[in-house]
Amino acid sequence: MSEQGLEQRNQRTVRKLVLGAIAMFGFAFAMVPIYDVICDITGLNGKTSSTAADGAVELDEDRLITVQFVTVSGEGMVWDFKPQVRSIKVHPGEITQVNFTVKNPADSTIIGQAIPSVTPGLAAPHLLKTQCFCFNNQTLAAGGEAEMPMIFYLDPALPKHINTVTLSYTMFDVTERVMANEDKLAAR
Amino acid sequence: MQSTLFRRVTAALTLLLVSGVSVASDWAERSNVNLRPGVTNISQDVFDLHMVILWIVSLIGLLVFGLIMYSAVAHRRSKRPQAADFHENVFLEVFWTVLPFIILIGMAVPATRVLIAMDDSSDAELTVKVTGYRWNWSYEYLSYQDDNDVGIFYFSNLKTPAEQYNRPILKDGLFPYGTAADRVGVEPVEKDANYMLAVDKPLVIPAGVKVRFLVTADDVIHSFFMPDFAIKKDAIPGFVNEAWTLVPEDATGTYYGQCAELCGKNHAFMPIEVRVLAQNEFDSWIAEEKEKAASGPDLTPFSSLESAMELGQQKYAAACVLCHGAEGQGGIGLPFAGSALMTDSSRVQENIDVLIKGRNAMPSFAAQLTPREIAAVITYQRNAFGNNTGDLVQPADVAK
Amino acid sequence: MTAVAAHTDHHDDHHHAPHGLKRWLFSTNHKDIGTLYLWFSFAMFMVGGLMALVIRAELMYPGLQVVDPEFFNQMTTVHGLVMVFGAVMPATVGLANWMIPLMIGAPDMALPRMNNWSFWILPFAFTILISAVLMSAFGEGNPSAPNFGWTFYAPLSTKYGPASTDLFILSVHMMGISSIMGAINVIVTVLNMRAPGMTMMKMPLFVWTWLITAFLLVAVMPVLAGAVTMMLTDRHFGTSFFSAAGGGDPVLFQHIFWFFGHPEVYIMILPSFGIVSAIIPTFARKHLFGYASMVYATASIALLSFVVWAHHMFTVGMPLAGTLFFMYMTMLISVPTGVKVFNWVATMWRGSITFELPMKWALAFVVLFTCGGLSGLMLAMTPVDFQYHDTYFVVAHFHYVLVSGAIFSIFAAAYYWLPKWSGVMPNTFLGELHFWNSLLSVNLLFFPMHFVGLAGMPRRYADYALQFADYNYWVSIGAFWFGLSQILFVIVCVLCAMKKGQKAPAAPWEGAEGLEWTVPSPAPFHTFDTPPVVK
Repeated sequence: MSEQGLEQRNQRTVRKLVLGAIAMFGFAFAMVPIYDVICDITGLNGKTSSTAADGAVELDEDRLITVQFVTVSGEGMVWDFKPQVRSIKVHPGEITQVNFTVKNPADSTIIGQAIPSVTPGLAAPHLLKTQCFCFNNQTLAAGGEAEMPMIFYLDPALPKHINTVTLSYTMFDVTERVMANEDKLAAR
Repeated sequence: MQSTLFRRVTAALTLLLVSGVSVASDWAERSNVNLRPGVTNISQDVFDLHMVILWIVSLIGLLVFGLIMYSAVAHRRSKRPQAADFHENVFLEVFWTVLPFIILIGMAVPATRVLIAMDDSSDAELTVKVTGYRWNWSYEYLSYQDDNDVGIFYFSNLKTPAEQYNRPILKDGLFPYGTAADRVGVEPVEKDANYMLAVDKPLVIPAGVKVRFLVTADDVIHSFFMPDFAIKKDAIPGFVNEAWTLVPEDATGTYYGQCAELCGKNHAFMPIEVRVLAQNEFDSWIAEEKEKAASGPDLTPFSSLESAMELGQQKYAAACVLCHGAEGQGGIGLPFAGSALMTDSSRVQENIDVLIKGRNAMPSFAAQLTPREIAAVITYQRNAFGNNTGDLVQPADVAK
Repeated sequence: MTAVAAHTDHHDDHHHAPHGLKRWLFSTNHKDIGTLYLWFSFAMFMVGGLMALVIRAELMYPGLQVVDPEFFNQMTTVHGLVMVFGAVMPATVGLANWMIPLMIGAPDMALPRMNNWSFWILPFAFTILISAVLMSAFGEGNPSAPNFGWTFYAPLSTKYGPASTDLFILSVHMMGISSIMGAINVIVTVLNMRAPGMTMMKMPLFVWTWLITAFLLVAVMPVLAGAVTMMLTDRHFGTSFFSAAGGGDPVLFQHIFWFFGHPEVYIMILPSFGIVSAIIPTFARKHLFGYASMVYATASIALLSFVVWAHHMFTVGMPLAGTLFFMYMTMLISVPTGVKVFNWVATMWRGSITFELPMKWALAFVVLFTCGGLSGLMLAMTPVDFQYHDTYFVVAHFHYVLVSGAIFSIFAAAYYWLPKWSGVMPNTFLGELHFWNSLLSVNLLFFPMHFVGLAGMPRRYADYALQFADYNYWVSIGAFWFGLSQILFVIVCVLCAMKKGQKAPAAPWEGAEGLEWTVPSPAPFHTFDTPPVVK
């Protein structure tokens, strides 16, 4: 082989490898949406869908499932955030509304974002919401109070061995983050 | 002659072996050398699985090391000046690929069975929400039997006093954050038997009842680790994980666990203490706690500065000392000794606000301490560490 | 012909070998760069070791004696980073630089200038990282150094990370770029620069394992870079990849990190397999048993390493099906690893074995690495892993695999090839002392960790309950003993570098085969300018 041939072959190999490395860098970022898709399918980590479902399913009157509601305050969140009922029993397919109450005891306006998490994780893809305060962030003025509705149903395809589903909402204070984004938009 | 000698040596060696094994097993039992079997059926299953796999890997290890030893001795150069020349054997190579495979399947079956049993958290009678914070745990009783709004909530802090663990041998330099440097040369204090494990208010659960834990965290990832129940579940902010246990009725008592995921400076200082009560005792405990929770905060005023200081010192040691130091010298938190806020009597209200609402890195303590306790802690801060302001804060001032 | 070749070598020696600082700063010679890598990694080994000793000093007795927990966390974090990215990886890259061209009959690495660059990034990367520790330790009021563990789980490293996290991110990016360039260089060299007749299946196993390692590096170092980039944007540019509040997920971080992290484990250990596969046949005076199966086993370990990552995170609450999948895959990895161990034993079998220093280290590697592998098999069993996870049992496991595994094999390689590198035999007396002290102390250091782990002591604890006290005391004694023993190795290496010692012939080990032993000792500045012909 000639020197030049070697040089060319080396360059070809290097090019391929550099492309491979760049592709893997991209893959790290691709893992974010891939992970979300896998979570949606398998209920990994108990994430529920963040968009409204259409609500057209059959009612399964043979099964009665306990749905338990849990609220958690994220770090530094001062809102008093509670479900009005701690748990209810529903048939799969039954469309139910539950209300959460929230009070802002602080002397400033606070924007909150509720993040849902379902356990057992396998139930997460089967808990469908037609309306939820968690789809958007919520603003409460100082001393304000609100009642926030959530309408949901359980998909009858919920695995047979599950008879209790726990839905937890963690309420985070996102005031700073939202304000920063608005400032950016205003600056444009 | 020879045979007598041989018999004696054999007898002596056997005796040595037997006594060695018994001494070793005795030592092993005393010194916590193995996994604990724990107290629940699941933890016993896990322990059995551990012993099976331990025996399997020990045997494989002994076999491999035995072969290496034998080869090293028997095939050394002085014995065999000429090496054999073989470097392939299809039968052998297939054999030692397939055999481990079969052993693995044999191990996977019981492991899968136990895992499936661990996963089934249905039909729990008691549900407790466990939340990890930097650096303590809180427990909220959500539902018990037919009562789905128990409403008991409290924090659980390390009980070991700071003077037991702060015993620095060097000044400055290696203590760049200085939380303990002031104790150089101070006579060490004897440690409690449950040093670094006991807490001020343990988690209480009934025996003979299936208990479900909903594990979550407030800030960073923690991990709820109870070896005696074979539970280790990560507490992840924004997400809820499930774990469960069923302690048999005859296993009442106190069990300890720890945080198992690095969560910052005081990762080692947030143990878990679980008190398992007989079910009737638990029922009366829960009734009592519910009553306390329902009657609202205790606003009985302090009769004297001393009584406030006494309670304040206890609560300071539980809730404040990790960040602000035993002598108020600061650390992760600001120093108190001689600070402007703590020595200016006109700033008492500001001091109360900081505790209730939090400020910057300082979290709110409104959920963790009662108004009476907050009043006591503030009184303590303003009169200890040489601050001596004489300010006495009453529970009613805090509850406003 | 031979005379002419020898003359050219001589000629080159005098005209193209620069001297002084410039020789090292601007070197494009694979041997010089290999030497730089090896000395650098040795220095980092000592720095990381000192940090480990701070940790062990603190843990010798219960209570806080020596350092503050905050500083303790910085030590565990930076110890891990320095040892993984500063000691083990550069050491194996140094060995690759020195030995791969010699083993495949190439005149140099394929991309010599890039080779220089990939080394010289490293000292800067580690200066940045270690400066954070020095600033935090000696600068009153400075923010703490990275203190979130070498696995830097979010949100501890993002929202709660100290200001120095940004130094850490920059430094990890630099280490990543360096490793990727080094790996590309190895792949190009091995694929394109082999001497005539050196077919792939004739390559020494060290070259094979390094080739596979290099592919792993190219595949996963960019993923690590992606992870730290996401951390950076989470910290400063308002994204929320890893923050639940913004719709992200802290567990996602762990998936991305361990997608890098598990192959990383094999990046550190595969070259060791190659080293041991070179040394055992030499001193058993017998060909390596099952060469082809060794190659296939290495490749299947590398492939499997991409589908087992979640066994590091069984406790995050995965669904049952996922847990089972990762458990089965992890158990499967023990099959090819077992094949390797059995092959080494079969290589020794009915050989004519002598126990020179490299062989001693290699045998210690096989035994102790197997210990680590077997405890790894225990960790693969998910239900029991819930008890072992994040305790000292895990610490014992990976130190058996990495210290008495990877690092022992690097010592073996050093004693094996030092004659070739320096031209003198390493001092046998000091070498024996180094070996026996290291062997005994490493077991005193890491074996009792199994016990404290089983007893339930979580890792990364600055203080612990009293039932763990006895073992921690002995572990600390073992740590200081092991640390001191390494000073012997410093002396051995310095003596070799100063050419003090018995002069080494071209082939100092009589059973050794391979092209590297056909060139004189020390290897001249330029070798194989005319490619050798391999039969």
